[in-house]
Amino acid sequence: MTPYQAMFSARFRSLLQYRAAAIAGFCTQIFWGLIRMMIFSAFYAGVQEPMPMDLRQVIAYVWLGQAFFTMIPLRPDRDVEGLIRSGNVAYEMLRPVDQYNLWYSRAIATCLAPMSLRAVPILLISLVAGWLYWPGWLPLAGCAVSMLAAALLSAAFCTLLTITMFWTISGRGIMVIASILAYTLSGIMIPLPFFPDSMQWLLNALPFRGLIDVPFRICTGSIAAGQVPMEIASQLAWTAVLVLAGRMLLARSVRRVVVQGG
Amino acid sequence: MMNSLRLYWRLVGVAFRCQMQYRASFVLFTIGHFLSSGMEIVSIWALFARFKSLGGWQLPEVAFFYGLINLSFALAEGIGRGFDTFSNLVKSGDFDRLLLRPRGLALQVSAPEVQFLRTGRLLQGLLVLAWAAGKLHVARSIPRVGLTLFAIVGGACLFYGLFVLQATMAFWSTETLELMNTVTYGGTETGQYPISIYKPWFRRFFTFVVPIACVTYFPALGVLGRSDAVAGSPSWFHWIAPAIGVAFLAASFRAWCFGVRHYCSTGS
Repeated sequence: MTPYQAMFSARFRSLLQYRAAAIAGFCTQIFWGLIRMMIFSAFYAGVQEPMPMDLRQVIAYVWLGQAFFTMIPLRPDRDVEGLIRSGNVAYEMLRPVDQYNLWYSRAIATCLAPMSLRAVPILLISLVAGWLYWPGWLPLAGCAVSMLAAALLSAAFCTLLTITMFWTISGRGIMVIASILAYTLSGIMIPLPFFPDSMQWLLNALPFRGLIDVPFRICTGSIAAGQVPMEIASQLAWTAVLVLAGRMLLARSVRRVVVQGG
Repeated sequence: MMNSLRLYWRLVGVAFRCQMQYRASFVLFTIGHFLSSGMEIVSIWALFARFKSLGGWQLPEVAFFYGLINLSFALAEGIGRGFDTFSNLVKSGDFDRLLLRPRGLALQVSAPEVQFLRTGRLLQGLLVLAWAAGKLHVARSIPRVGLTLFAIVGGACLFYGLFVLQATMAFWSTETLELMNTVTYGGTETGQYPISIYKPWFRRFFTFVVPIACVTYFPALGVLGRSDAVAGSPSWFHWIAPAIGVAFLAASFRAWCFGVRHYCSTGS
């Protein structure tokens, strides 16, 4: 096992410990999903014009969102933030491993572990209740690949946020900004096609849609099968860009970091 | 009583000065809070741009609901944070120290924790409410403004009451508290829209169990001069409904006192 795999599995297992929190979180997710489903149903009840998605697709989108909302990178890694603030990050740097890969593996685990706890029961319930429908093998496969790409993208975001801690020390400000951007532009609040048509080019040009909107729309069939490879390629390209940016930023911060103490 | 009130203000003053020590952080956090809670209204706006109307309601009316509930919640969250985080006091055993002091417990729990950082949501709710008031085709009159204020106060009392209930539950269990988020944050989300758009069981829950409808939907009907299309409630009721929020707070404090009497410390 490489150190990165070890870091991934340790982080993953430690996050699985919070089961009581997961149960409470599960109930909260269901409740919110119900509210949002009712709001959308009410909007659709009186509509004549054609909409960018039909109600069935929107409901599936809402429940996928409830299942996979941890995909959104809200905050820098708390533990690493603490390390940087206390100066203990110096020990991290002494280790004979690649710093970026180590933090990146942590970020992937942080993204996937809560998901595996929360997503499975919510998906099951929504399938039984008929809120989700069987998308067919091809969209499902596309969605699975795209979801994986989303996890890689999300982890790249997270790691980048973590690295900015070298400059800002307190994660609060960056957390607020990141969460505003990620929440609004990823599609978790409302599916992106509902934003005005004049804004769509901007949403398409930004990386945030790769976190939520792309995999969900592949799954609900709102993105045509022919476009799926391009969409996934764009997710991966953004991941590469963010990883490179993160690596460069890390290299610069390592050069200028001053750790206090004896 | 006067003594307690003076003490309360002094403690709040201390909290204020303490939070103002980090002025830049305060300003940034307020802006961030303003923006992040403001994203919600952006998505409501986007939906209305697509769908035009929601079950017979227009954007300015929904914005009015939105302003009401967000102001109420921001007030309650700012003043009642001590109860929101009360489970920490119980878990750490620090509540024992409060019990030893010859002052009211509610005062000791709430006053030092008053939060001024929530100004962001408050401002945002105020702005949306002002925008809605400008757009609505409703004659502005003193009774209507009065009812709006009454609804905000009633709503703040209701949310405060929910925080107090959450604190009461902490006497027995500190594990299930996240569930209360469904009625506090979930209640805010629900109250942003007229309650008439929801399913009947859901409407009943937020009218009779957690009376969010009494501090948003009914008074808003009174202010907007509309009649109740789903439940057929009489219009005089719309003008007194927020009182139920105040009564809810009173009942919550009774429950809390009961909890205090049954409190067993966590130990040393």
